[in-house]
Amino acid sequence: MSASVASSRAPATGGFLARFEGFRAQLPGDPDRRAQAADLFRANGLPGGLPGRRAEAWKYTSLRPVAEASFREPLTAIADCAGLLARLPNVGLPRLVFVDGRYRGDLSADGFPAGVSISTFARSPDFGALARPERENMVALNTMLAEDGVRISVADGVDGGTLMLVNLATEQSGRATAFHPRHSIRLASGARLSILEVSLGDGVYLHNPVTELVVAAGAHLSHVRLQDEARTAFHLSTLYADIAEGATYDSFALNLGARLARTEIHARLGGTGATVHLNGAQLLTGSQHADITTVVRHDAPGCASRQTIKNVLSGRSRGVFQGKIEVDRIAQKTDGYQMNQALLLSPDAEIDCKPELEIFADDVKCSHGATVGELDRDQLFYLRARGVPLAQARALLVRAFLTEALDAVTDETIRDALEAAVSRWWESEPL
Amino acid sequence: MSIAAETLDTVQEVTGSGYKWGFETDIEMDMAPKGLTEDTIRLISARKEEPEWLLDWRLKAFAQWQTMIEPNWARVDHPPIDYQDLHYYAAPKKKDGPRSLDEVDPELLAMYEKLGIPLKERAILAGVVPDPDAEPERQIAVDAVFDSVSVATTFRATLEKSGVIFCPISEAVKTHPELVRKYLGTVVPAGDNFFACLNSAVFTDGSFVFIPKGVRCPMELSTYFRINARNTGQFERTLIVAEAGAHVSYLEGCTAPMRDENQLHAAVVELIAMDDAQIKYSTVQNWYPGDVNGVGGIYNFVTKRGICQGARSKISWTQVETGSAITWKYPSCVLVGEDSVGEFYSVAVTTNRQQADTGTKMIHIGRGSRSTIVSKGISAGRSNNTYRGLVRILGQAHGARNHTQCDSLLIGDQCGAHTVPYIESRNPTAKVEHEATTSKIAEDQLFYCRSRGLSQEDAVGLIVNGFCKEVLKELPMEFAVEAQKLLAVSLEGSVG
Repeated sequence: MSASVASSRAPATGGFLARFEGFRAQLPGDPDRRAQAADLFRANGLPGGLPGRRAEAWKYTSLRPVAEASFREPLTAIADCAGLLARLPNVGLPRLVFVDGRYRGDLSADGFPAGVSISTFARSPDFGALARPERENMVALNTMLAEDGVRISVADGVDGGTLMLVNLATEQSGRATAFHPRHSIRLASGARLSILEVSLGDGVYLHNPVTELVVAAGAHLSHVRLQDEARTAFHLSTLYADIAEGATYDSFALNLGARLARTEIHARLGGTGATVHLNGAQLLTGSQHADITTVVRHDAPGCASRQTIKNVLSGRSRGVFQGKIEVDRIAQKTDGYQMNQALLLSPDAEIDCKPELEIFADDVKCSHGATVGELDRDQLFYLRARGVPLAQARALLVRAFLTEALDAVTDETIRDALEAAVSRWWESEPL
Repeated sequence: MSIAAETLDTVQEVTGSGYKWGFETDIEMDMAPKGLTEDTIRLISARKEEPEWLLDWRLKAFAQWQTMIEPNWARVDHPPIDYQDLHYYAAPKKKDGPRSLDEVDPELLAMYEKLGIPLKERAILAGVVPDPDAEPERQIAVDAVFDSVSVATTFRATLEKSGVIFCPISEAVKTHPELVRKYLGTVVPAGDNFFACLNSAVFTDGSFVFIPKGVRCPMELSTYFRINARNTGQFERTLIVAEAGAHVSYLEGCTAPMRDENQLHAAVVELIAMDDAQIKYSTVQNWYPGDVNGVGGIYNFVTKRGICQGARSKISWTQVETGSAITWKYPSCVLVGEDSVGEFYSVAVTTNRQQADTGTKMIHIGRGSRSTIVSKGISAGRSNNTYRGLVRILGQAHGARNHTQCDSLLIGDQCGAHTVPYIESRNPTAKVEHEATTSKIAEDQLFYCRSRGLSQEDAVGLIVNGFCKEVLKELPMEFAVEAQKLLAVSLEGSVG
């Protein structure tokens, strides 16, 4: 590597590394893990930060704007976040609130059912066993600098009900901040839990969470994420899920916000009959860029994976979907399905999509599909011929397209919350 | 003898086991010493009596190649290639023109026989002065590339009458320098990629086809490629230009003798279609795939690309890939012209330890451009078969349309089938559809065939042929029969 390459990347990488050097003594958890992660991050920098050295996993998403920005740690003073709290979906669920990456007990509810234990990374730091900082460099960054995060565990056979996990980012008088929450959610055998995770904020910030999910045999985890970050923010999340025999991880991600967003999911089906659903929708406008990247690994026979991702792209926005299904030699009777659909609503919008199959077992049923196009002209004509104005007709058809995606969310309360978020987006972004 | 009958004969021989094309012709070769330096390139250029501009072009490519790094993104695995351990030029030693076939090196004739070239053509190919009154009986013109030198081109006179130029590219450099200079490297620039760049520096021969305005080529054009000498890389270069309204169908067959060492093949094919022109390029690739344990076999690293320059032009690639230890090949279409059409039909079969990473790129630039991709991958044994394709719709490609279908069939539980499509669209009026499936041969289909008295292998052959039908029907008739049999032969022993 030439010296010039290293120096041109220096600001951000250097900034993160400098922060690590300055605060490493105060950071919780295993110092060796952090030091290793720092070495990895130093060696690899930000993926996709510079053209010409881009890793395949970052082919369509450049982190150059992140590399060029200069982030500081959030101020520790207790921020006033009443305005942000007011923007949360009004769903009446018990909530766990993080502000600028730190747990705020004063804003969070307690009183969860017996068998559900809640803690934080700051209190009991544990990096877990699923994250791969050596492979995913944003995870190396997180491992190096993580300060807090939620730790939820649900005991054997307990139904933990539904809760809301909230990540807020406050405007810090023009400072660009970065925070790297480390979340861990564990469901023991036969347990159930449903989570609505909301990320929103104001100002310029980098929200770089890493989440580890362990779903033990027969357990069921439903995880709906609403990403409605500030349009000036960066949201780069990485999630690892390990799903055991007969267990289900049912996930839905709705991406509305952020200037640059990446939702990366690595799901491993490790036991017979495990199921994973990774569904999602992205609504983008202006110069937003949002990327959903998934890797589903079938490591056991008879597992099923389902993915349906829908993109609605207007303005100069760019949507990215990279989905990979890996089927191990022993994973016979695998049923894998993946569908990516994109509606391009403006001449400057772009979709890039890479649905990938890597199959080593012969008795499998795997398929993927992708469609890209504009609104159906016949359908538009039908509506207009019945007197519906163009704008309204377009809106109607786009809503119908999205409704199909949201159908994957079965919990009515949560679904209503997502619908409301889409409606708000709609009001601010007339097509 | 009719082509079909001939093909059937070939098939009879084929159905004996092993690699039928694994013969080696022992004839005197004129070879460059091993290694690649500027001197090697000067030697090639001098042997071919090339003009200065072409030597400069080669040297420039060589300089660029030295700065390039071998790509490693394909899903193939092989020991590093020592580019200095190859001969970059090998030609049969030239003797003065024989008067009759009796004077021709019998080894060479035997080889033509094995290649299935009829007697009359053999005489022409071997350089026997032809009888000027003889009428061609068979309407396929052959340009055989024997290692690096295009030995002879048949039926040139007939073609010339209609204005078609079909000759070795080394000859075209001398006889039609203005055409070669105008088009060479315009579709695949010298520095396009590592292997194309190497080819640009050291290419030794290949075919040149020029179809003038409004001419429909009166016969199918055909080239046989063979790699004969040990440790030679074959770097042929093919350039096909179809002027406005011209039509041509070009067949390419590849076989190589059985070898222990891996041989390198890095070809470049460039196609140019002007307004309303149509080029159909069909390949049956059956290079030596190596043995059951993956020893030997050809490394086939090929760059094929066509440009639909003119409005309503059409380029169609059809390939049946059964050979080579490693295939790295992405025949592509750049659809510049309005309403231009690109097509890619592919069957790739891998068995034993073969590795194939193949697919296509469709770059939509022109308004109303359309493309169709149909890819059928069949993996058996311990092989890996990857479809890798790109569909890119640029902003100005209003109303562009693509439909892609890739299906993979797995035979046995030790092989791998992979699909890596890239879809990029920047135009809302464009419509792109992609479907891919992976499955194995259904038990009920097999049971149905078996219960009607077919053997396991015949049943699999039948099902595989059905699986590939969409592609095979795109092949010219001469190739279709052969391709079907090739599929069956390739999969022999990998079932049950």
